[in-house]
Amino acid sequence: MNMVNLTIDDVQVSVPSNFTVLEAARKAGINIPTLCYLKGINEVGACRVCLVEVVGGRALAAACVNPVTEGMVVKTNSNRVRATRRSTLEMILSDHNRDCLACIRNKNCELQDLAERYNIRQVTFEGKMSEPNIDDKSQSIYRDASKCILCGRCVAACEKQSISVLSFLNRGFETKIGPAYDISMADAPCVYCGQCIIACPVGALHEKEEDQNVFDAINDPKKHVVAQVAPAVRAALGEEFGLPMGTRVTGKMFAALHRLGFDKIYDVNFGADLTIIEEGNELLNRINNGGKLPMITSCSPGWVRFAEFYYPDFLDNLSTCKSPHQMEGAIIKSYYAQKKGIAPEDIFVVSVMPCTSKKTEASREEMFNPTTGQRDVDAVVTTRELARMIKTAGIDFMKLPDEGPDNDLIGDYSGAGVIFGATGGVMEAALRTVADILEEKDLPDFEYKVVRGVDAGIKEAELNIAGHNIRVAVAHSTAAARKLLDAIRAGTAPEYHFIEIMGCDGGCVCGGGQPQVKAQDLMDIDVRELRAKALYEEDEIREIRKSHQNPDIIELYKNFLGEANGHMAHELLHTHYHAREIYPDSVLAEEEN
Amino acid sequence: MGATKTMTHDEMVQALDQVIQRYAANGRNALMQVLQEAQNIYGYLPLNVQRSIALGLGVSVAEVYGVVSFYSFFSLTPKGDYVVSICMGTACYVKGSQAILEKVESELGIKAGECSKDGKFSINACRCIGACGLAPVITINDDVYGRLSADEIPSILAKYKEA
Ligand code: SF4
Ligand code: SF4
Ligand code: SF4
Ligand code: FES
Repeated sequence: MNMVNLTIDDVQVSVPSNFTVLEAARKAGINIPTLCYLKGINEVGACRVCLVEVVGGRALAAACVNPVTEGMVVKTNSNRVRATRRSTLEMILSDHNRDCLACIRNKNCELQDLAERYNIRQVTFEGKMSEPNIDDKSQSIYRDASKCILCGRCVAACEKQSISVLSFLNRGFETKIGPAYDISMADAPCVYCGQCIIACPVGALHEKEEDQNVFDAINDPKKHVVAQVAPAVRAALGEEFGLPMGTRVTGKMFAALHRLGFDKIYDVNFGADLTIIEEGNELLNRINNGGKLPMITSCSPGWVRFAEFYYPDFLDNLSTCKSPHQMEGAIIKSYYAQKKGIAPEDIFVVSVMPCTSKKTEASREEMFNPTTGQRDVDAVVTTRELARMIKTAGIDFMKLPDEGPDNDLIGDYSGAGVIFGATGGVMEAALRTVADILEEKDLPDFEYKVVRGVDAGIKEAELNIAGHNIRVAVAHSTAAARKLLDAIRAGTAPEYHFIEIMGCDGGCVCGGGQPQVKAQDLMDIDVRELRAKALYEEDEIREIRKSHQNPDIIELYKNFLGEANGHMAHELLHTHYHAREIYPDSVLAEEEN
Repeated sequence: MGATKTMTHDEMVQALDQVIQRYAANGRNALMQVLQEAQNIYGYLPLNVQRSIALGLGVSVAEVYGVVSFYSFFSLTPKGDYVVSICMGTACYVKGSQAILEKVESELGIKAGECSKDGKFSINACRCIGACGLAPVITINDDVYGRLSADEIPSILAKYKEA
């Protein structure tokens, strides 16, 4: 890589020639402010907050899009630069619904940070101010256009997912962000992955909050409230309390849940182990009996919705397994209810998830028990919502001891369950079990590192297990899924047996319900890798690292379910899918009137 | 516009299909062109037409709508047999075109940008049409009416209502 020398605010730096001024300044220890910039996703130079003076140039230049050149002299903090940035900010603020105190992003907002940094004391351009403009019709995503600063980061994030539900609409003062025809997110072909929420620097997009429902259930003496936590939550919850990214907070997380007053607390890793038993056996059945191949995982509701909207011809390829928390919810309201002598209708199951799509998943009609009519899962809160609940309850997270989940009935989990939260994890967990079944022994080598990692959107491997040649692929992000499925449709892909697909880039650790990371921090780190590391760490220290060796799973089949893929398992743990129309005529007709 | 009146619905669908097929290979690059031709066929860009164009060109529906709602020469609503255009340019505005617009709206029972239920009238609040000497001006299809006052609107519209 060619190096380029330049001077920024009297500091000499030498940086690769493909650096922007913004990146070079960061290397020199100077933080140029940004707002619309999101590394690798939105590099468009739209907001003009990052303007700098390039000596010899007439106009100020946007640091986020201007490349460095040899001998360049840059001033990032001159009076002219500061005054321009401040008036740009004032302009943005003049049309912003500035109710910081009542805003979900209060103290975690890139716009607020800049207002503070530039000592904005009054907003002089009192233009026409946007009225609150709320779309809360979907179960997953809440939009308030009056907080939107039109940075385009959500549009770019959705485009990176290859979905493009969001676009800039209208023009001039009427410009806004929204789905086609400005319809609700509930009627748009949105998969609810929440990557737009993760990208948004302000409070214009967030999850549909359910924390109050959970507090209500906890306070209701008639309700037996059971919490279950997904693997990826422990890899990120600490960030909400100032811990460095990648800090594993499993112990404190369980301690906090106990203090919040849940009657029972379990780990969705158990549900993940259960998924492996069902899905592993389903795979072997399909291979042995000429079933539909490749079989594709169905743990990620973002991916499932993507398939229903955009690849309905692959719906028969999807495993019929419910996702782990839905399976576990179904078991809590049947097996657990029976053993504890509690009526299923008195149980309230709360899933803590890194995911916004799970909120909608939990309300699908397929996710109700066909006999009792009860939902498997009654509420889904994100990692962010859990953090807010902990803060509201006055629990000093940092002072908590390490505790575990309750350890009766369904309390145990394997290391294989933990890695579900990282891309490749479901595949690896499945291979650990499938290989043992086929080889009929407890294999000592069970780490499948070929399917780990985040660098490639699509990972492939060909494995020889007990004389079987098994071809697998792993895709993370709906864009990677699109690429893989297009290749399969076109007949240019090898004949896979088994494919893992996760809707989000990096897998659940980077789900739409995880803590937002500021754009400037994203310049230095790979969130996907750091959070995944925490999960692989936990896998390594678990005594049991294969799903089929989880003693609570073995008991569950022996005492309740019977056979894997058997009648009862099908009733409780499996589901089906249906094609969904994009902007159906019914939606268009409503708009046109 | 002329085509609209003489084509049946099926013919319009067919014509749109042909346009989309002709440009499908060019994908996003052909979007403006296809939208123009579709508007020529339909007189405006109904939502389902936008959806067909998006799917045909492999562009997201949101992006198509984004483009349609950005450019003022694309119309989201059908045009009536008689398009009443009220000039809102500076000269006309100063001479009271706002009151004229309001009068037209109340007489026809529709707002600017809308088309009446029977398809007879639509209202278009447009930018300067270059007849400032006649301000305030309206046009109804090819007929021009200048130096108007709001009181004259009912009798002017009556001619077209009966036609
Ligand atoms: S988005 Fe940020 S600046 Fe706007 S009200 Fe919320 S916290 Fe305040
Ligand atoms: S949730 Fe996902 S699919 Fe829906 S708008 Fe956001 S990024 Fe796009
Ligand atoms: S919703 Fe958020 S990310 Fe999207 S344009 Fe508005 S401020 Fe930017
Ligand atoms: S223009 Fe550079 S951050 Fe927006």
